Amino acid sequence: MAEYSTAKQRRIAFPFSGLYKGMWTTLKTLFQKTPTVFYPDMKEIPVPRARGVIALDPDACTVCMLCARECPDWCIYIEGHKEEVPPAKEGGRVRTRAKLDRFDIDYALCMYCGICVEVCPFDALFWSPDYEYSEYSIVGLLHDKERLTGWLATVPPPPAVES
Amino acid sequence: MTSGFFWLDTAIKVAVILGAMLTGALVVIFAELKIGAHMQNRPGPYYAGGRFGWAQPLADGAKFIQKEDLIPSAADSAVFKLAPYIVVAATIATFVVIPFGPDLVVRDLDLGVFYLLAISSLTTLGVLMAGWSSANKYSLMGGLRAAAQLIAYELPLVLAVVAVVVQAGTMSLNGIVAAQAEPIFTLGSTEVAVPFLLKGQILGFIIFTVAAVAELSRIPFDMPIAESELTMGYLTEYSGIRFTMFFLGEYLAMISLSAVAATLYLGGYWAPFIPGDALNFLGPGILLAKVAILVFIIIWIRWTWPRLREDQLQNLAWRWLIPLALLNIVLAGVFKVVF
Repeated sequence: MAEYSTAKQRRIAFPFSGLYKGMWTTLKTLFQKTPTVFYPDMKEIPVPRARGVIALDPDACTVCMLCARECPDWCIYIEGHKEEVPPAKEGGRVRTRAKLDRFDIDYALCMYCGICVEVCPFDALFWSPDYEYSEYSIVGLLHDKERLTGWLATVPPPPAVES
Repeated sequence: MTSGFFWLDTAIKVAVILGAMLTGALVVIFAELKIGAHMQNRPGPYYAGGRFGWAQPLADGAKFIQKEDLIPSAADSAVFKLAPYIVVAATIATFVVIPFGPDLVVRDLDLGVFYLLAISSLTTLGVLMAGWSSANKYSLMGGLRAAAQLIAYELPLVLAVVAVVVQAGTMSLNGIVAAQAEPIFTLGSTEVAVPFLLKGQILGFIIFTVAAVAELSRIPFDMPIAESELTMGYLTEYSGIRFTMFFLGEYLAMISLSAVAATLYLGGYWAPFIPGDALNFLGPGILLAKVAILVFIIIWIRWTWPRLREDQLQNLAWRWLIPLALLNIVLAGVFKVVF
């Protein structure tokens, strides 16, 4: 109650003080520099861990499908087949190994949650801060294996290990 | 003066006024876009025309002209078509009496103030026509609100001007400027003259400004348009060139009412320490500078304050502005008789 009465007194002591305060605020803002980045001419430098685009390391991928199954939008398409690998030593058993045929991410559907990157048990997916892949047609947003591998070059090095 | 010379003279004056005012309106629209944007920490128009987006109002105009000219099937089409032009014509007609210099005036009427107040109220008639003829509930509400606002704010506006007329002793706008240029006392060898704003008309100036902003139906008095309640008020059904005319009319009215306020209270084309014979060349610049300051204040208020509620608006006019304006007239009369 005490605060209420002082606030009321202040309002009576200085009529329309809120209006003057607003005028002063807009006048100050008028002479401030706007934080706008004029995109094609100027480019914002995203922070290293920004979620721009997902890069794929196809050699690390084992076609386990965990990312495709965990994806809330179902925007990852994976196809693969099994190959026989000759035994490493003479007289050994012939091993099978999964080979990745197709790995597509549809960025028209992706919601950048990063669950696929988190869930990957073999560190085949990485976040890259690159964001310049807009397209005139929605079809172009389906990135195939080669394009996703290409993003690997833009992935920043991992942070140094804490001592 | 021969008849032919008279018509040539009139034609030149009309062409100059029309050209200058339309350019002025475009400049004010651009200023509104830019100042409003920067007050909200945005850059505003940036690409149109190369630097600073200076061509944005022209581009907007070109876009509006291409739009389809829609007329609702239930609308009273003749009235609907006429309304925007009444608004623009009434606004431009106010420039007939506004002096830009001792001789730079289209026609210095003896009843200049009377003419001015009469003709500036015609814009509301255009708004009411637009609201009535659109056959739309939002338009009708907007038009009726504009009419209510006219009745509420025309009174304090006129009463504030009456005090100036009492003090100046003339209704000619040129005479009012001359009355402000008269020195009131001498300091050594310098004669000191001050505009009416500093001659005890501060209250009158505040009342006039508030009533003028309400006349313009701009924020904080934009109830006739009130997007959140009436979609766009009387403009709801308008599109294309007719909408552009309303839009242009709003900004022209801003310039014209600022010019009137500058002439009545801030000394018009007159400025201290400038010899009288130079005013014919410097006068328009001085008047435009004063208009620019007032227009900036109107834009500044628009981007800062919220909208009043309809009953608050009526309350302010009837319970505060009109009594204060009457008091102001009494004070001006006493001042005039005693001194």
